[in-house]
Amino acid sequence: MSTRLSSAGRLLNREAAVKFNFNGKYLQGYEGDTLASALLANDQMLMGRSFKYHRPRGVVASGAEEPNGLVNLGQGARFEPNARVTTTELFEGLVAESQNHWPSLEFDIGVVNNYAARLLPAGFYYKTFIHPRAAWKHVFEPVIRKSAGLGRAPKSRDADRYEHFYAFVDVLIIGGGIAGLQAARAAGAAGVKVLLIEQTPHWGGRAPVDGAEIAGKPAGDWIRDTLKALGKMPNVQIRTRMMGAGIYDHGYALAYERLSDHAPDNDLPRHRLWRIRAGQIITTTGAIERPLSFAGNDIPGVMLASAVRDYVVNYAVSPGDRTVVVTNNDDAYRTALVLKEAGLEVPMIVDARPDGGGALAEQAKALGIRVETGTAIAKVNGGKRVTAVEICPQAGEGKSMTLVPCDAVAMSGGWSPVVHLWSHCGGKLIWDADHAHFRPDPDRPPLGADGQGFVSVAGFANGAMGFGDALRDADDAGKAAAKATGGTPKRSAAPKAVDVEMAPMAPVWKMPQGAGYKLRSKMWLDFQNDVKVSDVQLAAQEGFESVEHTKRYTTLGMATDQGKLSNINGLAVLADSLNAEIPQVGTTTFRPPYTPISMGAIGGEARGEIFQPLRRTPTHDWAEEHGVYWEPVGHWRRAYCYNHKGESVEDAVQREVRATRASLGLLDASTLGKIIVKGPDAGRFLDMIYTNMMSTLKPGRCRYGLMCTENGFLTDDGVVARLDEDTWLCHTTTGGADRIHAHMEEWLQTEWWDWKVYTANLTEQYAQFAVVGPNARKLLEKLGGMDVSKEALPFMAWADGKIGGFDTRVFRISFSGELSYEIAVPASQGRAFWDTLLDAGEEWDITPYGTEALHVMRAEKGFIMIGDETDGTVIPQDLGLDWALSKKKDDYLGKRAQERSHMADPERWKLVGLETLDGSVLPDGAYAVVEGDNENGQRKTEGRVTSTYHSPTLNHGIAMGLVLHGPDRMGAVLDFPKVDGTIVKAKIVSPVFYDPDGEKQNV
Amino acid sequence: MLILQCPCCGVEAEETEFAGGGQAHLTRETVGASEENFEAYLFMRENPKGVHFERWRHANGCGKWFHAARCTVTLEVFGTYSAQTTRPPNEICDKITARRPGWSLKDWGSGKFA
Ligand SMILES: [Zn+2]
Repeated sequence: MSTRLSSAGRLLNREAAVKFNFNGKYLQGYEGDTLASALLANDQMLMGRSFKYHRPRGVVASGAEEPNGLVNLGQGARFEPNARVTTTELFEGLVAESQNHWPSLEFDIGVVNNYAARLLPAGFYYKTFIHPRAAWKHVFEPVIRKSAGLGRAPKSRDADRYEHFYAFVDVLIIGGGIAGLQAARAAGAAGVKVLLIEQTPHWGGRAPVDGAEIAGKPAGDWIRDTLKALGKMPNVQIRTRMMGAGIYDHGYALAYERLSDHAPDNDLPRHRLWRIRAGQIITTTGAIERPLSFAGNDIPGVMLASAVRDYVVNYAVSPGDRTVVVTNNDDAYRTALVLKEAGLEVPMIVDARPDGGGALAEQAKALGIRVETGTAIAKVNGGKRVTAVEICPQAGEGKSMTLVPCDAVAMSGGWSPVVHLWSHCGGKLIWDADHAHFRPDPDRPPLGADGQGFVSVAGFANGAMGFGDALRDADDAGKAAAKATGGTPKRSAAPKAVDVEMAPMAPVWKMPQGAGYKLRSKMWLDFQNDVKVSDVQLAAQEGFESVEHTKRYTTLGMATDQGKLSNINGLAVLADSLNAEIPQVGTTTFRPPYTPISMGAIGGEARGEIFQPLRRTPTHDWAEEHGVYWEPVGHWRRAYCYNHKGESVEDAVQREVRATRASLGLLDASTLGKIIVKGPDAGRFLDMIYTNMMSTLKPGRCRYGLMCTENGFLTDDGVVARLDEDTWLCHTTTGGADRIHAHMEEWLQTEWWDWKVYTANLTEQYAQFAVVGPNARKLLEKLGGMDVSKEALPFMAWADGKIGGFDTRVFRISFSGELSYEIAVPASQGRAFWDTLLDAGEEWDITPYGTEALHVMRAEKGFIMIGDETDGTVIPQDLGLDWALSKKKDDYLGKRAQERSHMADPERWKLVGLETLDGSVLPDGAYAVVEGDNENGQRKTEGRVTSTYHSPTLNHGIAMGLVLHGPDRMGAVLDFPKVDGTIVKAKIVSPVFYDPDGEKQNV
Repeated sequence: MLILQCPCCGVEAEETEFAGGGQAHLTRETVGASEENFEAYLFMRENPKGVHFERWRHANGCGKWFHAARCTVTLEVFGTYSAQTTRPPNEICDKITARRPGWSLKDWGSGKFA
């Protein structure tokens, strides 16, 4: 069994007992425990089930690389799936439950997959579920959905806060082991600004557990002294619980700080995402121990040797009473020594190397531990817990010679430097055959803006395999980084550390060497995703030679741990199967983040009201008080309609249209773009920007204009007013204001930079209201001021003047077909002017209307709307707007493009009006169909609906659409199928349904 | 995330402050252009593995367009310069040659500067 030892536990506070709950049971741990160590202390080795076969899973590691120990953590608004038990600090009241099992952890139905493992080989899903389609939908998918998935999604809104931090430093050091500390000290002493971060709550990494002696004192003391020295350096900042998540271009790094995961009741944000710019980055991220591949290496109780000694030394927890150590290197002997020292049994050390180990092996033997060299584990016995191991020669096929009863196995397949961060931004790796691992190639680092390397690696992460080497390496890296960022490194030597002599490790990718299929199909590579040695071999056999393909075919390394334990072992098996060298096969791509980070941290403060800033017109608050139904238009909120009490949205729109046409309506049009174009060359410039002629417009007059892209397609429209000899005011669509301003600037700055023109986007400087309807003039005359008569201010004219005491600019333009004045006032006076218009208009039942009434009225008049009648593939000619294409101009944006054969094709669909025979409203976007199928087997079409409404004025459905030869087929009836399969018949008519001669707007 | 210096306002800023605008030094083709030339102007772009000239706009800053000479492989930035020029300035080309011996402007832009 796993249990709490009587020793102190380096990281525990034995004075502070902590109660927590796992799967409904109340358990006890201590302050300083991780959830993993506390569960082990309570003999809870079984922590979850694997993804595919639902096999029992116990914890295998002690840190961020853990693949098995994933739990649902917390409840309600603080629920989070897939929390790693090894990085979850214990706190009073913690609630966790195991996941990926049904109905219970101990008894799981899905484990039946385990017995069907031979039927579920690599690529099974790809091979099996393609045909028949119906079986996928009705049989496979429901079953897979029930049994698959890790954890479950939270249901409540997250109760916590998150934030982003920005930091700019000279040297960022990621990893707070002894190498990181020494690098920080060396760089800090050189006077540059240093940030040192560590993902765990503790400094010093593995050194204290592994019994290092540094500068003549125990590692723990040296770490304490170094932290004290760093604390005295004002230019050095150090932070724990902060993971270096990713390294990106030009010294950009992301770090993930967990502020209150371990103390949910404190008043801090839960997580913080740091966005860091560093001159130089040093990664001192250490190394991760690799598992060994032997049959049954996934049975709970089989753990990494380093993890076993972490639990004993740091948390006073023994994973088992009798632990067999199995290894291909000397380091694992440390685990045997630690276990023995704690009074636990080590029945055997199984060393795959024929010649065995060095000094540590001698120590083990001196303590009376049985060491068997040239041997392997043939098979682990046990189900939910290890009961024994069967021993065989490593060189053989796995014929069992000895049965060794035990309840834990500590395995070590060697160490892999954590090269993830180095690799994120392009750092290259080299294969180190002596240690059988990839390490950073110092000659091929990630490059910065100046073409020089900006990342260096030090310590075990750099392949240094001793404490002394690691410290020297880190000292050099710290000084070099400081120098590169303008510091002056001190002349000082790195602290010395004593290292034991180690015998060479031996690469062992399979145990035993000649294991047959039966054993290989029980050798786990990826514990979480259930990928075995036999799966990778099958993938290779089936032609998946690229490591990236094998990864996707087998799902090796695609679980939440991203293959931190499995990748090198899998790679070696693949290389062996392909008869290739490991470096030839190469690694898969390392991608950020290093370990998963929360969605909350990525979002930061951007949630709720401040998710996106809102643009408000001057009548926004008034609208809120008057039943507005909002329509989001870009960052604006525009009134779709204003609902009376108890009124539906549809009814409100119909009422607003009728009231406007009958008497008087009022529209807030402030969001329309208003761009000033000014200068001696402004007319010439606008003649290029618009398809029609703007230079000939007379001051005091307005003209409707079209803009096309250089590709010939319509991009915006609006009314242009000439303000004076060298000034024009260009109205754009609401969505177009910023875009069109940028479009103008682009052409002015990059093509016609010698033209004397400047532009200013004044959209937000003015409120603009449309006073619309037969009584519009009466209202303005009642308020008094300027002359708004037909003679003084005819249709398509504008004038400055006073209305009701306000300074206004009045445009006689109409988008509704009614007598209409669009009146601009400074934005600061917008609300007052709006209120004044409403008060004075009461006698004509003035009716504020929204964007939908505006749309209905413009459709009744056959006016196009950018974004409805256009979609980026429509040219003015399609919409019957040929009259707006100037024949007098040699050039304008889009002119050459419109000469292309496809643009002049008579088969292009053209704009018409559509009137349903039964008076109903055509579905938006519906297609008109004809007999026969096209080459893709789809029904042939001859047109589509671009705008469709119920017209309250005509009391039937009206629509606009693009139809093949449309304008030549007036009166023809088209078939528009609906989603339910029925057909609506509609007649082609003129798109101008209302007042075709324009008598109403021109009074 | 790149760092670029805007040559118009002098600010050195994060990529998020800028907006990329594709290949630099295109020559506008218009009425009278052959189909081939017009197609090339609208659609054909360099996609070099190495030295490239790009348009950028200081969109969340001074609003001005400028050009950048950059390596698409190593992300090295050789320099930024005014958008109001039809060819890369000599001092930029010299910097590139210093960093990429053997490189020549002739190799870029489909022979535009050959
Ligand atoms: Zn700028």
